[in-house]
Amino acid sequence: MRQKIILRVISKFLIPYILLFALYVQWHGDFGPGGGFQAGVIFAAGFILYAIIFGVATAREVLSATTTRFLLVIGVLLYSGVGVAGILLGGNYLDYNVLADTPIGGQHVGIILVEFGVGITVAASVITIFCTFAGRRPEEHEEEYGEN
Amino acid sequence: MIAQHLPILQIVLPLMAAPVCMVIRHPQVVWIWATLITFLCLPISIALLVQVMAEGVIVYELGGWAAPWGIEYRIDKLNAFVLVIVTAIGAVVMPYARRTVDTEIPVSRVYLFYTMLLLCEAGLLGITITGDAFNLFVFLEVSSLSSYVLISFGKDRRALTAAYRYLIMGTIGATFYIIGVGLMYNATGSLNIYDLSKIIPELGGSRTIQAALAFLTVGLGLKLALFPMHMWLPNAYTYAPSAVTVFLAATATKVAVYALIRVTYTIFGTVDILEIVPVQDMFMVMAVIAMFVGSLVATYQVNVKRMLAYSSLAQIGYMMLGLSFDTITGVAAGIVHLFNHAAMKGGLFMALGAVAYRVGGVRLEHMAGLGKKMPWTMASFVAGGLGLIGVPLTVGFVSKWYLVQAALEKGWWMIAVLIVVCSLLAVIYVWRVVEVIYFLPASKVAQEAKEAPLSMLIPTWVLIGASIYFGIDATTTLDVAFAAARALLGDGG
Repeated sequence: MRQKIILRVISKFLIPYILLFALYVQWHGDFGPGGGFQAGVIFAAGFILYAIIFGVATAREVLSATTTRFLLVIGVLLYSGVGVAGILLGGNYLDYNVLADTPIGGQHVGIILVEFGVGITVAASVITIFCTFAGRRPEEHEEEYGEN
Repeated sequence: MIAQHLPILQIVLPLMAAPVCMVIRHPQVVWIWATLITFLCLPISIALLVQVMAEGVIVYELGGWAAPWGIEYRIDKLNAFVLVIVTAIGAVVMPYARRTVDTEIPVSRVYLFYTMLLLCEAGLLGITITGDAFNLFVFLEVSSLSSYVLISFGKDRRALTAAYRYLIMGTIGATFYIIGVGLMYNATGSLNIYDLSKIIPELGGSRTIQAALAFLTVGLGLKLALFPMHMWLPNAYTYAPSAVTVFLAATATKVAVYALIRVTYTIFGTVDILEIVPVQDMFMVMAVIAMFVGSLVATYQVNVKRMLAYSSLAQIGYMMLGLSFDTITGVAAGIVHLFNHAAMKGGLFMALGAVAYRVGGVRLEHMAGLGKKMPWTMASFVAGGLGLIGVPLTVGFVSKWYLVQAALEKGWWMIAVLIVVCSLLAVIYVWRVVEVIYFLPASKVAQEAKEAPLSMLIPTWVLIGASIYFGIDATTTLDVAFAAARALLGDGG
């Protein structure tokens, strides 16, 4: 769809706002509707729009398979890491109260970090799912066995 | 400080270690990492069991939120015992897995294999440890999704259809479970299992609660492959990679049985509903049919792995039969059989994995004459087979002894006879394999077979050894099982 100039211009114009909106939904999640899951999906939607218009290969130059795989892991570890931080600071697992000086401050810190972890992993998963289905050839398919 | 956080570490350790595998990616390093984690999980669960036996129920509130609102982990004797089974099998399977993975999984996907295996363990432990009905569903999905992937790793292309079929059946099961949880929540406003067990008796046998019980039992029945909801199991076990079959056969159905015990005995244990809807009688009928159908079908299988899969169906029947008695001896027999069967079947599938590794297949013709070529592996197979039959001095005997005793206590001598007859069927299918192993000349493929490598033999013998040790001295396992059964039924039961 590279040759359709309207699609190209409009999507180029829209994508930054989509990504920005994703970040708004992400960081404003503890005050209004939103949160990590929605933000992740919106962010991935912006990326997928780019992939549809300019091709999956071009999009993969921005975020390679290795990067998305890494992001998948980072998100999960951020979430569970916040839980472990709760233990290390003297609370129970996922106890946000101990994360800052006051319990309310702690709840803020905790939920923002946890939701950020969710956002990263969801965005990376949706992008991975899209690219796996859209990519023509499997990224790694050498059937090689260790022994025999 | 660590001691009070053991319940959560039990889950978080494998759960966090799994994504780390995705970063490491190097096959050997990932294996070392995964093995290390499973080795750490085992002492945690043992420490929990010891603590529960000494001091009673352990409660851990996640995020510091109190029970009916927050999620709590609640460990009593029953689930502490199941935790030990799962972590022990995990710790034995990991060292065993390396050799089989070399030949069965493409190098580029080995890291994914271990990621999924750790996730599956985390999910199964989560189902076991949690005290929250919805949280149980989440972990059910974690373990199920990873086991679908694990089964699809099988080298045979039929593994894909087997995994797909399991996916469909498993999803229906999980959906039914969550519908049941939804109905309970609708009627009680609570998701906490302990809380539910107190609220539900007050509601009596309302239609909503009855429907909830129906959905929960059918959903979990699918998961634990209770006859006639077992159709996914034989192919899944047959075509999955060897290490996966060992792990799933020894843990996944056991954990599902545990979940069913929780539902019927903890949540609905004190309700008259079990008299309105004769769940126990239904369990008994299905259990007896499962015992016979499983054993009969096993007797004419050519693929030994599939034979053992059908034998698993029969063994699940024994566990459910124990539960259906609704007496302390019966339930204890069912619980102790969770452990006993995990040890025997795990060991047997490991022996088959070694055959697949050396000979390249596990059909009867592959095993011909292996008695001389792989004496230790075949000896372990025979020892495990004797356990399945229920020969004295094996764990199988202990389970069946208490099952028969429970049947006689109730005066149901017919059931006792059926148990014995069903054991005779086990003699037939085990003997068929033994005959081929020891009395037939080695086939062409088996000519060059060598004894299995030590990294496979030792885990096999650890499990088979356990199945003999706990058959001779069953006090430890029986003490825990009886204590758990007493706690479930109340002393009067």
